[in-house]
Amino acid sequence: MFSVDPVLTVQAGDFCPGQEQRELQARLVAAGIPAEAGAIAAFTGFVRSERDSQGGDLLALEIEHYPAMTQVALQHICARAAGQWRLITCRIIHRVGRMRPGEHIVLVLVASAHRADAFAACEFIMDFLKTSAPFWKKACFERGERWVEACARDEARLRRWKDVD
Amino acid sequence: MPKPGWPGRRHRVPIDVLYFASLREKLGCDAETVSLVEGETVGQLAIRLAGKHGEAGQVLLERSVRAARNQTLVDSGELLAAGDEVAFFPPVTGG
Repeated sequence: MFSVDPVLTVQAGDFCPGQEQRELQARLVAAGIPAEAGAIAAFTGFVRSERDSQGGDLLALEIEHYPAMTQVALQHICARAAGQWRLITCRIIHRVGRMRPGEHIVLVLVASAHRADAFAACEFIMDFLKTSAPFWKKACFERGERWVEACARDEARLRRWKDVD
Repeated sequence: MPKPGWPGRRHRVPIDVLYFASLREKLGCDAETVSLVEGETVGQLAIRLAGKHGEAGQVLLERSVRAARNQTLVDSGELLAAGDEVAFFPPVTGG
């Protein structure tokens, strides 16, 4: 399992990826292992601009979640990652509420001794976040709104991890 | 009178049901408390709730609907128990 407990947050407010990485490194210092992480892999997801032929430009995404279950789901995803790769710690932030094109949605940081484990775990966590964490996006356009549909591509990416328990 | 914690035959055992996202909008309901039927599965509960919500309730019978029991994804054969929290929702789209 992790040397330093993961910090997993669901929040409405924005985050700063650089600050989050500094704080993760500070947690390693506080744990007495300031330089064990040879690698920190980082992923930031953004609201992408979009134009719908009928609805016009995307104005915002509204993200809803199941509060009691998101924490459980994030912990479960991290536990699976730590079971497969040698990880020191991780940091996940997922925003909820209303956010505009260009804004942050999600942050995943993974610290490991070596880059292969950090990269793989970061990608794994994102693939599972997209398919098993209880968040739902609604796209609000200039003229109308619609719920974003789960896509086959995300389910297909999950199958790449079939050997991870 | 039934003893505290002793359901007895006439005592209705409630479970909480939550709805999310497009399911919540179509049903016009985000949560309700219903009585548990002994031996009921998640799938059977969905059918019962669909009937309760009239035409809008048909959305609960769609193949894409997912369910969680006590914050864990389950399939339709999952048996329910007193005090459970059950949630119904569309496929997730976070991340």
